[in-house]
Amino acid sequence: MEMDDAAAVTRVRAGEKDCFRVLVERHSHDVFRLAFRMMGNEQDAEEVVQDTFLRAYRSLDRFQSRSSFGTWLYRIAANRCYDLLDQRKSRPEPQPQTDPEAPPLEHQIPSDRPSPERNLLSQEIGMRVQSGIDRLTPSERTAFVLRHFEGRSIEEIAETLKIGLGATKNSIHRAVQKLRQELEPLRATR
Amino acid sequence: MKHLDEEELVLYYYRDGDGIDEAARHLAACSDCRNRLNALSQDLEQVSLPEAPERPAEYGSQVWDRIRAELPDRPPRRSWWAAPPRWALVGAMAVLIVAAFVLGRFSRPPQQLGPPVTANQQNRERVLLVAVGDHLDRSQMLLVELAHASGAEGDIDISSERQHALDLAAANRLYRSTALQVGDKKMAGVLDELERVLLEIGHQPSRISAEDLQQIQDRIQSQGILFKVRVVRGKVRDQAAGPQRTRSSKGEGRT
Repeated sequence: MEMDDAAAVTRVRAGEKDCFRVLVERHSHDVFRLAFRMMGNEQDAEEVVQDTFLRAYRSLDRFQSRSSFGTWLYRIAANRCYDLLDQRKSRPEPQPQTDPEAPPLEHQIPSDRPSPERNLLSQEIGMRVQSGIDRLTPSERTAFVLRHFEGRSIEEIAETLKIGLGATKNSIHRAVQKLRQELEPLRATR
Repeated sequence: MKHLDEEELVLYYYRDGDGIDEAARHLAACSDCRNRLNALSQDLEQVSLPEAPERPAEYGSQVWDRIRAELPDRPPRRSWWAAPPRWALVGAMAVLIVAAFVLGRFSRPPQQLGPPVTANQQNRERVLLVAVGDHLDRSQMLLVELAHASGAEGDIDISSERQHALDLAAANRLYRSTALQVGDKKMAGVLDELERVLLEIGHQPSRISAEDLQQIQDRIQSQGILFKVRVVRGKVRDQAAGPQRTRSSKGEGRT
């Protein structure tokens, strides 16, 4: 019979280190998916995955078996992402890759929007969304990704980031504002 | 009629907050707000990110192979960073750095105070910023650990965290006093709040009940201290990186 999370945790705590493998194998894909969404690239996501499990193992004595190991691990991963984003925010911000001399996109795309133009528009939207996400502060990005993509509640996000509900709502709102600003030039073409 | 502001529309879009029913009633009656909600929905529906690349079925085993050698045989009873000798050393270093900074700043003859910021002074300030940043990182780690801790059955042993908090509080006192001396009131204010929380943790008994732990967690949460520390830490990092950034942006401007 397959060992459940709680049993694996108990055995690891009792000194059976290799039982941690069960937890790593069960949760690695989910942690990677979250980390990739938060960090936006595979290399950082892999770093987060590795760090998350190392941290979880090292602080396993703090985990309460009555709660869900997956949720606990998820919070460690989200916090690790936040910290990495925060550490890296001093890197130069990526600039939107647009030609300043090109006419506005709404003038480039005909109104009947045949397929190639639609593809162009989708690409442009994708680039602008990515550029908008890259402009967010670590707290805005974390809160927005957890709310918009991961479907976590305001309460869960506040709990994960250890900030108040008001600060969480603010972060999400600011993130939405910034993303809408990025998408503004394309609004007429949609 | 009071219209919904954008934040309320965002909350409504995600079905968050207590005012959903009231917002729904307003939206039913107000075409202006409905249009704004539609525009918001259209924008947010465009916001998607590339799917995470697929990982092979044996990905979990690969991760395990990468981390296995780094795991101690048993999960430690206390956090890796809490070993007292390491923290004694950090405290001593903090004292030396702050002392050097304060002495350097205040012991120069008056005639040398006139010229604008010298390279030496800039270097000293950067050393201090890096040290403060490091201190804030460590404080944040302690707070995050405690904020996420769960009360196991019976009492919880926080002796290592307690000692760690006292060490951090001692270093914090020096940074706070330096911040006051250089006139950075905002930094001093946050360090003051941080110090109170650290001292509260440091003055707990070695073993506490789940309720006591909850009280500490409530205190961390209600004061938003973690958030404030993160904000200040971000500013410190920006300041420490400031001159390099300026140089690189100038370089980009020339090309």
